[in-house]
Amino acid sequence: MFDKILIANRGEIACRVIKTARKMGIGTVAIYSDADAQALHVQMADEAIHIGPPPANQSYIVIEKVMEAIKASGVQAVHPGYGFLSENSKFAEALAAEGVAFVGPPVGAIEKMGDKITSKKIAQEAGVSTVPGYMGLIEDADEAVKISNEIGYPVMIKASAGGGGKGMRIAWNDDEAREGFQSSKNEAASSFGDDRIFIEKFVTQPRHIEIQVLCDSHGNGIYLGERECSIQRRNQKVVEEAPSPFLDEATRKAMGEQAVALAQAVDYASAGTVEFIVDGDKNFYFLEMNTRLQVEHPVTELITGVDLVEQMIRVANGEKLSIAQSDVTLTGWAIENRLYAEDPYRGFLPSIGRLTRYRPPMEVAAGPMQDAGTWHGDAPVGTTAVRNDTGVYEGGEISMYYDPMIAKLCTWGPDRATAIEAMRVALDSFEVEGIGHNLPFVAAVMDHPKFVSGDMTTAFIEEEYPDGFQGVDLGDDALRRIAAATAAMHRVAEIRRARVSGRMDNHERKVGSDWDVTLQGQSFNVVTSADREGTTVTFADGEALRVTGDWTPGDQLAEMSVGDAPLVMKVGKISGGFRIRSRGADVRVHVRTPRQAELARLMPEKVGPDTSKMLLCPMPGLVVNLAVTEGDEVQEGQALCTIEAMKMENILRAEKKGTVTKINAATGDSLAVDDVIMEFE
Amino acid sequence: MKDILTELEQRRETARLGGGQARIEAQHGRGKLTARERIDLLLDEGSFEEFDMFVAHRCTDFGMEKQRPAGDGVVTGWGTINGRLVYVFSQDFTVFGGSLSETHAQKICKIQDMAVQNGAPVIGINDSGGARIQEGVASLAGYAEVFQRNIEASGVIPQISVIMGPCAGGAVYSPAMTDFIFMVKETSYMFVTGPDVVKTVTNEVVTAEELGGASTHTRKSSVADAAFENDVEALAEVRRLVDFLPANNREKPPVRPFFDAPDRLEMSLDTLVPANPNTPYDMKELIHKTADEGDFYEIQEDFAKNIITGFIRLEGRTVGVVANQPMVLAGCLDIDSSRKAARFVRFCDAFEIPLLTLVDVPGFLPGTSQEYGGVIKHGAKLLFAYGEATVPMVTVITRKAYGGAYDVMASKHLRSDFNYAWPTAEVAVMGAKGATEIIHRKDLGDAEKIAQHTADYEDRFANPFVAAERGFIDEVIMPHSTRKRVARAFASLRNKKVQMPWKKHDNIPL
Repeated sequence: MFDKILIANRGEIACRVIKTARKMGIGTVAIYSDADAQALHVQMADEAIHIGPPPANQSYIVIEKVMEAIKASGVQAVHPGYGFLSENSKFAEALAAEGVAFVGPPVGAIEKMGDKITSKKIAQEAGVSTVPGYMGLIEDADEAVKISNEIGYPVMIKASAGGGGKGMRIAWNDDEAREGFQSSKNEAASSFGDDRIFIEKFVTQPRHIEIQVLCDSHGNGIYLGERECSIQRRNQKVVEEAPSPFLDEATRKAMGEQAVALAQAVDYASAGTVEFIVDGDKNFYFLEMNTRLQVEHPVTELITGVDLVEQMIRVANGEKLSIAQSDVTLTGWAIENRLYAEDPYRGFLPSIGRLTRYRPPMEVAAGPMQDAGTWHGDAPVGTTAVRNDTGVYEGGEISMYYDPMIAKLCTWGPDRATAIEAMRVALDSFEVEGIGHNLPFVAAVMDHPKFVSGDMTTAFIEEEYPDGFQGVDLGDDALRRIAAATAAMHRVAEIRRARVSGRMDNHERKVGSDWDVTLQGQSFNVVTSADREGTTVTFADGEALRVTGDWTPGDQLAEMSVGDAPLVMKVGKISGGFRIRSRGADVRVHVRTPRQAELARLMPEKVGPDTSKMLLCPMPGLVVNLAVTEGDEVQEGQALCTIEAMKMENILRAEKKGTVTKINAATGDSLAVDDVIMEFE
Repeated sequence: MKDILTELEQRRETARLGGGQARIEAQHGRGKLTARERIDLLLDEGSFEEFDMFVAHRCTDFGMEKQRPAGDGVVTGWGTINGRLVYVFSQDFTVFGGSLSETHAQKICKIQDMAVQNGAPVIGINDSGGARIQEGVASLAGYAEVFQRNIEASGVIPQISVIMGPCAGGAVYSPAMTDFIFMVKETSYMFVTGPDVVKTVTNEVVTAEELGGASTHTRKSSVADAAFENDVEALAEVRRLVDFLPANNREKPPVRPFFDAPDRLEMSLDTLVPANPNTPYDMKELIHKTADEGDFYEIQEDFAKNIITGFIRLEGRTVGVVANQPMVLAGCLDIDSSRKAARFVRFCDAFEIPLLTLVDVPGFLPGTSQEYGGVIKHGAKLLFAYGEATVPMVTVITRKAYGGAYDVMASKHLRSDFNYAWPTAEVAVMGAKGATEIIHRKDLGDAEKIAQHTADYEDRFANPFVAAERGFIDEVIMPHSTRKRVARAFASLRNKKVQMPWKKHDNIPL
């Protein structure tokens, strides 16, 4: 076995690989850019080597710099993680020339599968069903429009070298094809250094289901079941699970066998993923093969007990697979939610900054990984698993240079419902402050009836949240539970206040038991009755909820039990109450005495300033393009300007018809959140 | 006998109605509560004891003798806030527009006298159209009687003003002399002369809100210390402030039970100061992570944001915090920030509230507007305030402490008790670049040499150790242990006593 490997990556995946390497007794070397000098993967690795300035195209994806680090550290193998150089055949060739093992497939397999056009041809030859599309390279926007018309809208425009949603656009008409071609090309150039683009038919009502394969260099190959990754936003996966709630055993077997056949057709040797689009009748079409470890690999690990990174390292070391297809069983259910530094209330735009608070839920080991002894780390054992793959820590920085994903939270349970419930509690317990993030959104998805029933397509987010995400309106039951908990908490806080020193003896304040709890526009009259163990909160209609928990004033996380079911809430202070975040909702709760409530009802509702006639910058970023000038009349949906942040070009569009009266920004300006870019009338 | 008891109840009922139901409804219609409703929200439920409910004015001019409502436009008395004694007056806009008459003023003065005698705060709720014109000079005399008592009570008991309606003309000077002024957004305003007079005299056209609304006074003039959304929130926040304040200058600040370990470590503070010395960071994060339960009561949040002032608790005890804010103007000192912090420091010193100073200051803001505005004397206010303070003082330098501003910010030389520095601290006469350009002026043409000199200067001086060698820094501490170290330092200072030489009073550069 190798003595020492280098991980040519950063963030959570670098940390993930280090964990397995450490478990296997292999030394680890991290590489880092200026922006990552304090990063977690650097702290975790045995050695760390600086490789350049923050932009990835000056550090992590510069083969020469990574090769220098490899030579300097004297490692025998390199794990590339995902993204960056993971599917770069030139990198694999450079390693081979240096006699360093690549923890990934052979160069030939990368080349054949890495190019989406070639891979499709090979898949067709191997008898795998494929989606209709144009396999050649496309020169310019006009050609893109012509080809799109030949295939028939809707079409998908993709970067040949792309992945993870970068450089990918869907077009429903000529204008979008033209625009999508150009932005895909730009993104592909800046993210992958390869701006080749191709176009294919966009399958409607599709599910994205992928097969995990694992092959050795001795001709053995197996599949480790599937992952359902249908919940995506702009083709970027957000929620994944394994197994898929949609597949039957026969389809799974057919997909798995085709996936292995394809892998073997290119002499694949490592872990890889064959992605399919599956339609409502369980017809599946080959989409692409990712010749690397997939972001969402943990869900497969959690239901199979196989440590995929360990297997990759062993295969790279020339070992034969120790697992046969018959050894592979899928046990229980695993869900993954990707935590992105993207603000769901601002159209999921990237958010950067310092993580002033970052407290993931406690990890708990359970299920096949625990049983197989492949769980890394020393989490306590439970009946449902909580696993958080992360690359950040409290006090760390989310920089603008890299992918905005900061953690992958996974849960495992013996069945899907249990896994989902464990995820809900885990999300509620996850504290992230200082940046905008999508925790409320994924929490909302976990409660969405379509997700709960397993009835989703890749259009789930677009269809269910057509106007973006505005938070969750809680139902009466959830409101009552929060009202009961906060009434009990408020009482505790008020009693503490009444115990301040310097009181007039015998004339102390007596904290009462009648409360008016107002949240989400509703008021509840409740009576609290506290004893040593907890508080019974009785509503005006007679319903009584028992509240227990060890919350004390100032705690930012309240892990309560209300009516015998857990209620975990993030607790903030507001005047006269709490800001409560739970289950994707973000509500202001006022707990008042009846007299206070009576007077509070006399206060007028205040409305904020009217920003409807302004275009506000939704994120910190750079103005790369202004598409209109003062005096222009704009139509609803017309592109107004492009803001680049986190390597993503975000086109801001007119919300309604109007005339541009004033433009306050110029191309090249760096803007902050809520800066007024232009005004309309 | 029963009739007499009933008559008392009836008289009380009438008095409680103030200007009558119609005017109460009009008050509500403006989004404002009545004088009594406000007292209900300010004080512990059922704790209010009223004085002078039946006082009526003695004016006989202009037919005033026909209208003599009980209470005369102000409700006065005492009660408790979380069990602690406070005195309160609340002007009743429903009675003669809350205008101040001789008797109205006498009621306020009675409360002020009681408060000073018994050592408890006075909270004044202002909602008044101004002087009772019908009474003429008697009304003016009433104002002055209140002013004189404000002055005498200053530094003896905390005085808090809550502006919940108009407060114009002479009326502004009573709040002006109290320790804190709070306003309610959109329903309160304060000015010496109103928009009409302004237009006549200067031809400026301005609304009451622009001239003296909450936004003006919290952001531009610094007259007000905070503004709140409505009456309910304002009064809840006044209660919260009172919980931090001692009852008088002979008592220690209050202590309350706390749920936060004094030795809590905050590992994330080790990365608070960015690697690049020109990159800002939010000093409030340090304040929140140092305070008990992250609870910070900020004073003048919207004014001179380059310095932060407010109250926290450590081990349940009140501590005043003054901190440079690198996010705004690099945290430099200027006229506004010096005045803001100086007043805060003097309040804390007057009421035995220990002071925690967090330093990241690159110096004083240069420029003609500063010099013409008298930054010399305004800057000296903060220096003076720290130098005369005898309360326990702990200072933590997180990054820059340059030049004269280093001296000002509760340095060891101003008798601060504990002066800690983070390893990232740079205690120096100025930044490396500036210093090099002066010391090595002859090499200015040679970029390479200057770069070398700058690097040498940084190595030698851009750290806390030169100051630590001289004992100006008592110890260099790990950022993550700040709460623990600061809490222990204050714990050791609880019996601090300093004698100052006798003087009638000092002559701070006003």
